[in-house]
Amino acid sequence: MIKLIGVYKEYPRSGLALKNVSFHLRKGEFAFLTGPSGAGKSTILRLIHMAERPTEGEVRVSGFSSAHLRRREVPRLRRRVGMVFQSFRLLRDRTAAENLAFALEVTGARQNEIKAKVQRLLAQVGLAAKAGAFPDELSGGEQQRVAMARALIHDPVVLLADEPMGNLDERAARGIFELTRDINSSGTAVLMATHDLDLVRHFPQYRVIELAEGAVVYDSGIGEDASEADGAS
Amino acid sequence: MARHSIREAIGALRRAPGLAILSAVSIGLSLFVLGTFGLVAYNVELTLQSVEQRVEVVAYLRDDISAAQLEALQNDIRSFAEVEAVTHVSKFEAMRNAMQQLEEFREVFSDLEVNPLPASIEVQLKPDYRAPESVARVAELIAFYPFVEDVRYGREWVDKIYQLRRLGGAVAVILGLAFAVVAILIIGTTVRMAVMARREEIIIMRLVGATDGFIRRPFLLEGLVTGLAGGLLAFLLTYGAFWLVDGSLIDLQWLPPGWAAGGALAGGLLGLLASGAALRRHLILQE
Ligand SMILES: Nc1ncnc2c1ncn2[C@@H]1O[C@H](COP(=O)(O)OP(=O)(O)O)[C@@H](O)[C@H]1O
Ligand SMILES: [Mg+2]
Repeated sequence: MIKLIGVYKEYPRSGLALKNVSFHLRKGEFAFLTGPSGAGKSTILRLIHMAERPTEGEVRVSGFSSAHLRRREVPRLRRRVGMVFQSFRLLRDRTAAENLAFALEVTGARQNEIKAKVQRLLAQVGLAAKAGAFPDELSGGEQQRVAMARALIHDPVVLLADEPMGNLDERAARGIFELTRDINSSGTAVLMATHDLDLVRHFPQYRVIELAEGAVVYDSGIGEDASEADGAS
Repeated sequence: MARHSIREAIGALRRAPGLAILSAVSIGLSLFVLGTFGLVAYNVELTLQSVEQRVEVVAYLRDDISAAQLEALQNDIRSFAEVEAVTHVSKFEAMRNAMQQLEEFREVFSDLEVNPLPASIEVQLKPDYRAPESVARVAELIAFYPFVEDVRYGREWVDKIYQLRRLGGAVAVILGLAFAVVAILIIGTTVRMAVMARREEIIIMRLVGATDGFIRRPFLLEGLVTGLAGGLLAFLLTYGAFWLVDGSLIDLQWLPPGWAAGGALAGGLLGLLASGAALRRHLILQE
């Protein structure tokens, strides 16, 4: 479903950010992407989101390939791939509900569908009561919930989460992590970048892909038979 | 979808009304210059048409021409391909016309012993042959005849009108272009500021999968509206100039409706194109 094949990414000034990265994230799978700061985690997520293209190698996402993807097709890909960040990236001058409605409006949703869908999503992330609150009136955890709801707005096949608990206290972090697990258990694959090794160790049932200096140094999913794993959680 | 674009465009106009007004005014001035020229050119054209209708060649005759020679001369001229009609004006008729048209000199004319005015032949040209070159050619041919003392036609000022029109056109095009360049630069700045003001929104739009067309649309709409406002302003300015000059200095004819509407639409088009070009540069197209 998501496949990186021999991916290299070079930046003009900082040099090689990724070196020969290959892995296959299966449908509905949950995987951690770990490694120290600067290892290349965010770069991988941006490549999957096709915000950037690999210098060499290929990134395949749900039928799209970085090798032949045209500019015009990027928006369609983006609707298959939800993304959240450490800094929630909400529009400060809009309420929680308006932030979600905005994402629907700008992707051409019909006006009469928007309200119901926004309410359903807010309920799904446990924020039905805070629909009218502005980001500054919400806690960090609540803001990240809004961002998660926004990422789910087009029923993506995968949720990319770049250090989603990085800015949260422990209680809020746990809440967000549980929400990610809920999302995953309803069928959406999750690829979560984190440098929190304690968290990774706590959930040995999830796959771990570890990076160091742009290369995959450990992948707990390797060796698993693809056809077997495709049906799993 | 349209609702979003309209709301965003209105929001942008609200955020920076000064720049929007400046853009509209610069487009307005650019089109005003062209509109004024259009007005002048149109009226010159009308005048030329009516002048050309009256274009005639007058051949003044020597007093010693005989009736037979006059007859032969008239028949000759009448047979030219360019000539429509030939009218003979006798010395007596010339004097009578002069006394009618120049009342101040009536006394002087009546006191004269001999009639100093020459007889003449007025030659009317066919419509296709009223341009300066063919008028001059016919005049030259007639001048070769014996008994023709002098040939006159309105060449000098017909030529001058044509020349003035060309000069005016060149000046208007240069000024209009200068204003258009200024307008495009100002619109470029407006778009850049609008893009900056909406940077966050644009990032989120890309994130959730909005198309480039959708992201561009509010900016293009803003450019179009600004341009149309400029076109309307140009229309009002041009009409104002027409209203001031018409009747007081000279009699003018207002432009045909198609020209005026075309001018206003040109404003919209200018705004749209300038916004599109600016967007190409300022919207970071990756991400
Ligand atoms: N836009 C960029 N331009 C230049 N270098 C970059 C850019 N993004 C990331 N890098 C470099 O790529 C490497 C990996 O960065 P990143 O993927 O952000 O790591 P991580 O998310 O694991 O902390 C770093 O050395 C970083 O400096
Ligand atoms: Mg990172």
